[in-house]
Amino acid sequence: MEPSALPWLLGLATLLPLASFFFLLLFGPRLGKAWGDGAYVATGAIAAAGVLSAISLLIWLGHHFPGGEPEAHAAQAVSAPAPHTGAADAAVGSDGHAAASGPSYAGDYYLLGQFGKLRLSIGYYIDSLTICMFCLVTVIATCIHFYAMGYMHDEQREVTDREVTLRDGTYLTRRGRYVRFFQYLSLFSFSMLGLVLAGNIFMVFVFWELVGICSYFLIGFYIERPSACCAANKAFIVNRVGDVGMIVGLMALWGGLGTFAFGDLTHIDADGARRHEPGIFSLVRPVPGGPLRVPDGMVRLSAHREVAQVVDGLDRQADQAEIERAIAARVPQWRDGGQEGGPDGGPGGGPSPRGYALLVVAGIGIFCGCVGKSAQFPLHVWLPDAMEGPTPVSALVHSATMVAAGVYLVGRFFPVFTPEVLLVIALVGCLTLFMAATIAITATDIKRVLAYSTVSQLGYMMLALGVGGWVAGLLHLITHAFFKSLLFLCSGSVIHAVHTNDMRLMGGLRKKMPITAYTMLIGCLAIAGISVPFVIGLSGYYSKDRVLEQAYSFMMHADNRNFLASLLFYTAAGGAMITAFYMFRMWYLTFVGEPRDADRYAHAHESPRVMTVPLMILAVFAVAVAWSPPGGLGRWSGLSVVNLLEQSRPPHTLADVASPGLGMTWPNEHFAHEPSQHATIVVPVTWLATLTAWAGIALATVIYALGYIQADEVRRYFSRTHRFLLNKWWFDELYALAFIRPVQAVARLSAALDRRLLDGLIDGVARWTNRLAKVWDRVADSLIVDGSLVGFATSIYRFGVRLQRVQTGRLRDYVVYVAAGALAIFVAISFFRGFYWGG
Amino acid sequence: MAIFAPITVAHYLAVGAVLFVAGIVCMATKRNALGILMGAELVLNGANVNLIAFGSDFLRPQSLGMDGQVMVLFVIVLAAAEAAVALAIVLNFYVNHTSIDVDQADRLKG
Repeated sequence: MEPSALPWLLGLATLLPLASFFFLLLFGPRLGKAWGDGAYVATGAIAAAGVLSAISLLIWLGHHFPGGEPEAHAAQAVSAPAPHTGAADAAVGSDGHAAASGPSYAGDYYLLGQFGKLRLSIGYYIDSLTICMFCLVTVIATCIHFYAMGYMHDEQREVTDREVTLRDGTYLTRRGRYVRFFQYLSLFSFSMLGLVLAGNIFMVFVFWELVGICSYFLIGFYIERPSACCAANKAFIVNRVGDVGMIVGLMALWGGLGTFAFGDLTHIDADGARRHEPGIFSLVRPVPGGPLRVPDGMVRLSAHREVAQVVDGLDRQADQAEIERAIAARVPQWRDGGQEGGPDGGPGGGPSPRGYALLVVAGIGIFCGCVGKSAQFPLHVWLPDAMEGPTPVSALVHSATMVAAGVYLVGRFFPVFTPEVLLVIALVGCLTLFMAATIAITATDIKRVLAYSTVSQLGYMMLALGVGGWVAGLLHLITHAFFKSLLFLCSGSVIHAVHTNDMRLMGGLRKKMPITAYTMLIGCLAIAGISVPFVIGLSGYYSKDRVLEQAYSFMMHADNRNFLASLLFYTAAGGAMITAFYMFRMWYLTFVGEPRDADRYAHAHESPRVMTVPLMILAVFAVAVAWSPPGGLGRWSGLSVVNLLEQSRPPHTLADVASPGLGMTWPNEHFAHEPSQHATIVVPVTWLATLTAWAGIALATVIYALGYIQADEVRRYFSRTHRFLLNKWWFDELYALAFIRPVQAVARLSAALDRRLLDGLIDGVARWTNRLAKVWDRVADSLIVDGSLVGFATSIYRFGVRLQRVQTGRLRDYVVYVAAGALAIFVAISFFRGFYWGG
Repeated sequence: MAIFAPITVAHYLAVGAVLFVAGIVCMATKRNALGILMGAELVLNGANVNLIAFGSDFLRPQSLGMDGQVMVLFVIVLAAAEAAVALAIVLNFYVNHTSIDVDQADRLKG
C-alpha cells in the first residue's frame, strides 16, 4: 500500500475507540455476558486500532526503511522520493523539505472553518514518531484492556466499597461500574491517539484537554472515596495551571505565525487556487535544519512602532498590498536591528534580536502545558495522588501514555524551542528527577513508589530533551512506557492479591505469585538499566545511557564548563542510582523476606491468566524494545526503534547549536556516538551508569534483602531527612501555605463582604421595602379600600338595625304600616299622576 | 247645591271610606284578636260599598255593571272563608297563650 493510506489507517485507528466509547455509552448497561459486559467491545476496538497501527508501521517500513547505517549520522540519507499524500479531499499535504527533515506527511482531513487568517482544521502530521507512538499506545492499551478485564471483575457485580463508611456506620454498597470503566478507557485511547495524530497545535490542545478530562474521570473512578474525589480535582486543577501557560504560548505562536499547523500544507482555496501555506516548523526554521530564525510575524509584532512609521510614511492612496510589500522589505533589517553581533542572524547572534522574546515566550508557554501534563516540578504534585484511580488506569494513563504526552509535545515542538527554553526544560527535568527519586525512597505505598518513579523518569526525558538529546528523550519515553506499565500492572496484580497498597503489609509474596514477581523483577532491572556493558542490556540500558551520554556530552563541551551543566549530568547519574535503589527496595519489600501480614499472605494468590499474560507480553517489550538487530544482516540491521526515531529527528539537532547569549552550546546529538568519542564519552558513561545502578541495587539488597543494615536505624539516623522526604519535600504544605490558604482567606473575606455588606445592603433594602409596604398597606388598603367597603357595609348594617325597630312583631303595628303604606302610595300617585287622573 | 241633592257615587265612597278607616283604626288599636277580625270585616265591607257604588247603573252611566256585584259576592265569600281561618288561628293562639291579646304575639319581631 502507498503511504497515502497512512492518514486514513491512523485516522480509523483513532476513531475506533471513539466508536466504542459511544457504543458503550448508549448500549453499555444492556450488554450481557456475551459481550463481556462491554469489555469485549472496548478491547476489540483498541486491538483493532493496534492492528491498524501495525499495518501503518509496515507500510512505513516499506517506504522509508530506517537507518542506512546504524546510528545513521545522516538521517537525511533516507532520500525517499518526496512523499506526497493525495489523501485529503480538500487539502493535499506535501512535505516541503523531505530531503532534510526526514519523511513526514501533513494534511487536513476536514476544514472546520476559516475565520480571516485563522484556519481551524482537523489535520494530521505523520512521521515516524507518530507511527511509533501509535504502536506504543495501542500495544500498551490493548494489554491493559485485557488486564483490566481481570482486575476490574469485581465491578461486574454490586460492589461494597470498604473505604467508604456511610453515616450510619455501614460500608457503601453501589452498582458495579465495569462498563463505565471500559467506556472511559475507550475515550482515553481515542484522545491519546488523536493527540499523537494531531496535525496542528489547535487539535493538540483539544485532545490535550480530552486526555485531561479522561484522567479526571478515571482518577475519580471511586468517586465516593473522599481521597479519590480530591485527587481528581487536584489533577484537574493543577493541569489547568499548566494549561494557562500553554494558552499563552499558543497565543504567542498564533500572533506571530498566523498558523496552527505543524507541517507545510497545500490547500485549495475557495477560489480554486492552490495555496502553499508554511507550517510552524518551516516558519521558524526557513532553511531546513538550519538555525532558528525569528519569524516575520514576530518581528513585526515586536517592531510595531517601526511598522506604524512605515505606514505613516507611505502615500495615503497606497493600497494594502503596497503597504505589505514595504513592510516585508524592512523586516530583515528590523530582525537584525536589535543585534550587535552575529552576522548570520542566528538566534543567539546578539542580546535581543527583534521578536526573539516572543519566541521564548511561546516556547516556555508550550513547555508550561507539558510541565502540567507530564508532572514536572513544580506541578508534579497531582501525579502521586492520581494513584487513587484503579491500577490499570495508573498503568495506562498515569505512567505510560498520558503523562508522556508532555514529553511527546516537547519532542514535537523541538524545532521551535530556543536555547533559553531548552535550558529551562533541562533544569526543570533535572530538578524533577532528583526530587521525585528521593521521595520515592521513603514511600511505603507500592503505587506511590511507582508514581514518584514515573515523575522522576519523566524528568529524565525532559532533561534529555533539554540538553539536546532528542532521540534519547523520546527513546526513553518509549522504553519507559513499556517497563513502567509493566511495573504498574505487576503492582496491580499484587494489590489484587493482598488487597492493600501498603508494602509494610506484604513480603515474601514471591512464592505465592511467581509470575508477577519475576515479571516485576524484569521491570525493575529494565528501569535500573541493567546490562552486560557494550554487549546487550534491557531496554532501560539503551535509553538511560543515551540520556546520560548526551548530558555528559553537554557537560564536556568546551563552552559548557560551568556549574549548571555539571549539575545536570551529576544529578542524572546520581538519580540513576536512586532509581535502582528504590525500585529494588520496593521489590524486596514486596516479594522477599518473611510475610509481615500472615493473614494477607495466606489469602494471596497468583492472578488469573487474563492478567498475567499481558504482564509477560509487556515484559518481553520491556526487555527487547530498544534492541537493534546485529550487524551483517544487510538493511535489516537498521531495523530498530532508535533508527525509526532518527527519521523524525528535527534536523537542526545534527549540528551544534551555540547560544552566545547564554554562553553555552548544545552539542550535536550524534557527537557522543562518533567512533572518535567512544573512549571519551560512551565508555566512561556506560561504566558509570552500570556501576551506579549496581550500587543502588546492592544497597537495597544489603538493607532490605539481607538485613545487614537495619532500615529503622538508618531512618533514625537521618530522621530529619526522612521526615522531609516522607512529607514529599513539604510541597503539598508549601502549596497549601502559598496558594490555597491565601485563596481561602480571600474567599473568606469575599464571603464576609458578601454576607455583611452586600447581603446587609440587600436585606436593608428589603426591610425598608417591607416597612414601606406596611405603611402603604395601612394607608391605602386598610384606610381607603377596606375603609370604604367596611364603611359602606357598616352604614348598611346600621340602617338595617334602625329599620329593625320597625319590625315590632306586633300585628297592630303592621296594620298601621300597611295602611300608612297604602296611604303613602295613594298620596304619591295622586301627586305624580294627579294631572293624569285629573285629565 | 240643594240640601236634598240626589245621592251620588261620592256619597257611597264617603261611607266606604268611613267604614274603611273605622276598620283600619279598629285593627290598629284593638288588642283583642276578635276585634281585629271585626276591623278586617269593616275594611272589606268598606271596599264592598265602593264596589256596589261603582257597579250601580243608577248612579253612573258607565258602571262596572254586574261585575261590581259579582266582585262583592266574591269578597263576601272570601271574607267568610277568611273569618273561618282567622277564627281557627285565634283559637290556636288562645290554646298557646291562654289569651287572645295579639300584643303577646310578637315573634315576628326582627
